[in-house]
Amino acid sequence: MTPVLQIKNLQVSYYTDAGRARALDGVDLTLTAGEKLGLVGESGSGKSTMALAMMRMIKPPGRIEGGQVIVDGTDLMTLSEQTMLKARLSKIAYIPQGAMNSLNPVTRIGAQMVDAIKAHDEGSSRADIDRRCKLALESVDLSSSVFKMYAHELSGGMKQRACIAISILLKPKVIIADEPTSALDVVTQRQVMETIDRVQKQIGAAVILIGHDMGLMAQFVDKVAVMYTGRIMELSSVRDMFTDPKHPYAQALIRSLPNLENKGVFNGIPGMAPALLQLPGGCAFHPRCSKVMENCKTQRPPSTNISGGRILECHLYSEKA
Amino acid sequence: MIKLIIRRLLFLITVIWAASTIVFFIPRISQKNPVRERFATLAISGGFSPKDLEVIIASYNTKFGLDKPLFEQYTDYLSSISRFDLGVSYNKYPRTVLELIMDSLPWTIVLLLVTTVLSFVIGNLLGAIAAWPRAPRWLRTFATPFILLQGVPPVLMGVLLLFFIGFKLKLAPLGGAYSTGVIPDWSSLTFIWDVVWHQILPGLALLLGSVGGWTLSMRGMGITIQGEDYVNFAEHKGLGGYTIFKDYYLRNALLPQATGLALALGGVVVSAIVIESQFGLPGIGRVLDAAIRSNDFLVIYGVVLFVTIAVATLMVLMEFIYPLLDPRIRNE
Ligand SMILES: Nc1ncnc2c1ncn2[C@@H]1O[C@H](COP(=O)(O)OP(=O)(O)OP(=O)(O)O)[C@@H](O)[C@H]1O
Ligand code: SF4
Ligand SMILES: [Mg+2]
Repeated sequence: MTPVLQIKNLQVSYYTDAGRARALDGVDLTLTAGEKLGLVGESGSGKSTMALAMMRMIKPPGRIEGGQVIVDGTDLMTLSEQTMLKARLSKIAYIPQGAMNSLNPVTRIGAQMVDAIKAHDEGSSRADIDRRCKLALESVDLSSSVFKMYAHELSGGMKQRACIAISILLKPKVIIADEPTSALDVVTQRQVMETIDRVQKQIGAAVILIGHDMGLMAQFVDKVAVMYTGRIMELSSVRDMFTDPKHPYAQALIRSLPNLENKGVFNGIPGMAPALLQLPGGCAFHPRCSKVMENCKTQRPPSTNISGGRILECHLYSEKA
Repeated sequence: MIKLIIRRLLFLITVIWAASTIVFFIPRISQKNPVRERFATLAISGGFSPKDLEVIIASYNTKFGLDKPLFEQYTDYLSSISRFDLGVSYNKYPRTVLELIMDSLPWTIVLLLVTTVLSFVIGNLLGAIAAWPRAPRWLRTFATPFILLQGVPPVLMGVLLLFFIGFKLKLAPLGGAYSTGVIPDWSSLTFIWDVVWHQILPGLALLLGSVGGWTLSMRGMGITIQGEDYVNFAEHKGLGGYTIFKDYYLRNALLPQATGLALALGGVVVSAIVIESQFGLPGIGRVLDAAIRSNDFLVIYGVVLFVTIAVATLMVLMEFIYPLLDPRIRNE
């Protein structure tokens, strides 16, 4: 299958007063149409930065330093500012992290859908636009009366759905959902995830789901990528990741999940996530790694493919390869 | 809604009562009798014998009720203003206070309305643009001079404009409502143009001093709003800069400014009074100024009362307009 999304060596830095923070340090990723990827990692590991970089919406003091984001054959990084405007929402869409406040409080939901379509398809008739909006609302399980409502008249889950409805209006090839359920209760979380799952199948887009709730994610995604200090440490199928994580950091993350056996025991990861400004040399995880070796401290582990389509950045595996 | 209207009407009545009570008592703290003052000045220029003077004063005091006990004067006063009878001017007798106000009112209203609206529009636009990171740099720096001028009081602004533009450069008239010697004729375009011409400097004095206030508060508001999630999401939708500026950023940033507009109205009236006297415009400010100088009680009461009621009414009106701008308070 031809990939619908290819990220190659994507790099982003934030130029803060204290110096240059490499928030995204050479990320590679490939997704085919209909594939769902879960992106996990500690707070500050660069998940949102990756999403924003893909949308080309990194703002100063941040800067995209290099790399490619190829969606459906087009490298977004080479587009002009004007063409990129058109690419947002029609090629790649972003469901924001703070959906609670992502809708304009003073205009109707409908108006916020209509302006999105108009920005891309100037020629469409009013009737056609209305029909597409109603259809989008329907596919996220919102009644068409929401079209005439204001954000404050919707519950949290409904607002999140409205945002999803907006993001699928132009049938993008790639949808990124940044913690789409973080402010919702457990029941609503499931419903929203099911909604994303359904619309994703409908339009056949590839989905990147960013989140902290690995349990919830495990039920919806095909692959999981574990991110640490702006790099993807392990990329495996959901099954492999949860039953047999390979990377020591991924292992620690999975072990820290509560389950029936380790009930009452909190398995945190020792140490703190390092500050981006003073990353340890070699493998960035080495000060916290239980399997650290001599060359981990000086040499950065290369990205290695192992059997089962898994990708790892760790010396434990690069030597075998 | 009905409940809200009744509540606001009660509020208005309370404001009117409180204002009238305050303006009634404050001038009485000074022991001067306006009738005596008036005739004393006349007597100095001759024509009265002191004995006649006492008789005249007594008869006028009775006529105006100034010989009654203070409390009776107060209740009389309240009952007459409730009949929209603001009394007569002692100084310009037999003209009534209402006549004086009505004659001068249009001048003030036009000057205030035009300058307030212009100041609100210009100030907020400049502030919004100054805080908008994607606006061109040269456009954003436009706000700075206005922000600097914002601290200058209107009187000083008036003096500066009169001196430099009126006196030195002779680009605008030095005062008055229209050129001396011209006979007012509202059907003549030349006359109307002459009037507008005379309003430019006072208008500018009011405008220059107030634009910066709006600019400053709007710039602060704009910085907050542009970080909001809905502005970011609008960008993610691929909307053009103009649409985001207008529908997402400006619309939201303007909400608190609209509340500010109601509050600013009170202050604007004070500046207008100063400016009108300074430029010799026949507005309500000049009527008040003259009344204060001659201890013309009823005119002072009338003008202050009128202005208070007008500002309070505008504020209540704004409260009914506000829900049209912000749907979140529409349902309450
Ligand atoms: N505007 C900014 N200025 C400076 N540094 C920034 C900025 N935005 C992000 N960073 C830095 O980039 C790194 C990655 O941030 P990012 O928001 O991508 O993390 P995240 O994985 O999404 O975290 P979370 O799970 O908390 O959402 C962090 O270390 C953060 O401090
Ligand atoms: S490279 Fe070395 S330090 Fe890094 S995770 Fe692998 S074993 Fe641990
Ligand atoms: Mg994030």
